Amino acid sequence: MRAVRIICRRELEAYFTSPVAYVFLVIFLLLTGFFTFTAGAFFERGEASLSAFFGWHPWVYLVLVPAVGMRLWAEERRAGTIELLLTMPITAWQAILGKFLASWIFLALALVLTFPVVLTVNVLGEPDNGAIAAGYVGSWLLAGAYLALTCMTSAMTRNQVVAFILSVVMCLFLILAGFNPVTDLLARWTSPTVVDTVAAFSVITHFDGFQKGVLDSRDLIFFFSVIGFALFATGVIIRGHRAG
Amino acid sequence: MIRIENLVKTFGAKRAVDGISFGVERGEVLGFLGPNGSGKSTTMRMITGFYPPTSGRVTVGGHDVAENPIAAKRLIGYLPENAASYPDMTVESFLGFTAAMRGLDGAARKRAVGRAIEMCFLSAVVRQNIDTLSKGYKHRTCLAQALIHDPEVLVLDEPTDGLDPNQKHEVRNLIRELGKSKAVVFSTHILEEVDAACSRAIIIDRGKIVAQGTPNELRARSRLEGAVTLQADGATAEKLSALGRVEDFAGAFRIYPRDPSHGPELAAAVIELVNREGWKVHGMYSERGELDEVFRSLTQPDTAGP
Repeated sequence: MRAVRIICRRELEAYFTSPVAYVFLVIFLLLTGFFTFTAGAFFERGEASLSAFFGWHPWVYLVLVPAVGMRLWAEERRAGTIELLLTMPITAWQAILGKFLASWIFLALALVLTFPVVLTVNVLGEPDNGAIAAGYVGSWLLAGAYLALTCMTSAMTRNQVVAFILSVVMCLFLILAGFNPVTDLLARWTSPTVVDTVAAFSVITHFDGFQKGVLDSRDLIFFFSVIGFALFATGVIIRGHRAG
Repeated sequence: MIRIENLVKTFGAKRAVDGISFGVERGEVLGFLGPNGSGKSTTMRMITGFYPPTSGRVTVGGHDVAENPIAAKRLIGYLPENAASYPDMTVESFLGFTAAMRGLDGAARKRAVGRAIEMCFLSAVVRQNIDTLSKGYKHRTCLAQALIHDPEVLVLDEPTDGLDPNQKHEVRNLIRELGKSKAVVFSTHILEEVDAACSRAIIIDRGKIVAQGTPNELRARSRLEGAVTLQADGATAEKLSALGRVEDFAGAFRIYPRDPSHGPELAAAVIELVNREGWKVHGMYSERGELDEVFRSLTQPDTAGP
């Protein structure tokens, strides 16, 4: 655990010693603000809820989370520091977990900084703050799932751009599997069972529950399995490089 | 401290390391020589546990690197080939990070960082970002990282690469000094370093050991070892050939002894002959073997690949 903490802290510091953190935070806040108030028609809805805010998260994260995570392993491999890191007296799992947690904590910070939208909705009406908290938890898990997939693609290549594109494609698949236009299209061709199976892989389906304030164990298990699977795959990929 | 048995590493069809065995004890500095792509770095990566060997065994301080990697890695300080370090960190925070990773905390960590900074002459740049440093400083920062936990085993991959002659000299002295109490393996393709720092050297080529011994033993394998070069009026190849094989070049003769270990006797015999014949001597030299030549004769050029 100690090694995980040390690696995690170094990675977090790395975000803030470069402009990445600040650029990301500003863009994330601008984008979520824009989508919530303009595209999401927050005021016109006349609802005391944050559905206009959370509804956009799968799409905002689609571009921003791979941007946060693409560096994690690709840069270590490009610079050769992976050799330094993995010859320290630690296991590869500790490094994988430490790096993942650092980025995930960073994303949590970005989410925390969206607090003005919570204040706004509380000033204007009387929202269900439990549902808002659940929405935040779901949003963070969603970001974690994207991030774990980005860790995996980042370990595949020493090129950050390739890692970015691959993870965007994978995350896009996770969205589209449950995106209404796609499920409708599938429903026309195949049986409802197939549609449900495909949709079960979608982050949208699982994120919906959180937005309504429901913490369903199936949704929790879904996100944690995606994270677990992707991090495990990261470990396999890293071991594969070394085995030659 | 380091024991390597029949180590093999293949990458696809290529056998990068092909059955290498050797050992390094405390108090020894082993020079690892070979042309580029001969398998030096691959061997070192297996010692440090970065690459798992295809077959064979590496033990460090009695711990099998494959079975008990954490215990083995704890004993090792490693300077990777390109001296990679995190460019966005300052020298101080980078060394603090590596010290923490090595299990040092609080006052012990501070002491370790301070000691490493002093040993590698980094005090002028402690607060600078690593990416703003010159190549020599970057290199020494990474070396400092390898020394931070005062390891019993040091594995240094081309520790003097990219340094200027003064820095090379300093690093060689440091290696020699460290070698008194630790087991040190370092790779190089600069032959003078073997003389300057090693107690023993191994030459590898295409993944195999082609020669090993002390620098003097290796030098003795040179064709030049014990030869005498004579420049004298009246001397003829014919008369000299009684003493050994003679080569005639540019007005001088080089006499090779029949047995390289009989160098001194050959020199005496040449002087005797000169006196007897009354030749007028302009110059006479006793040749020493050259590592350069041994290296070239044992290894093949153009070994491709990293």
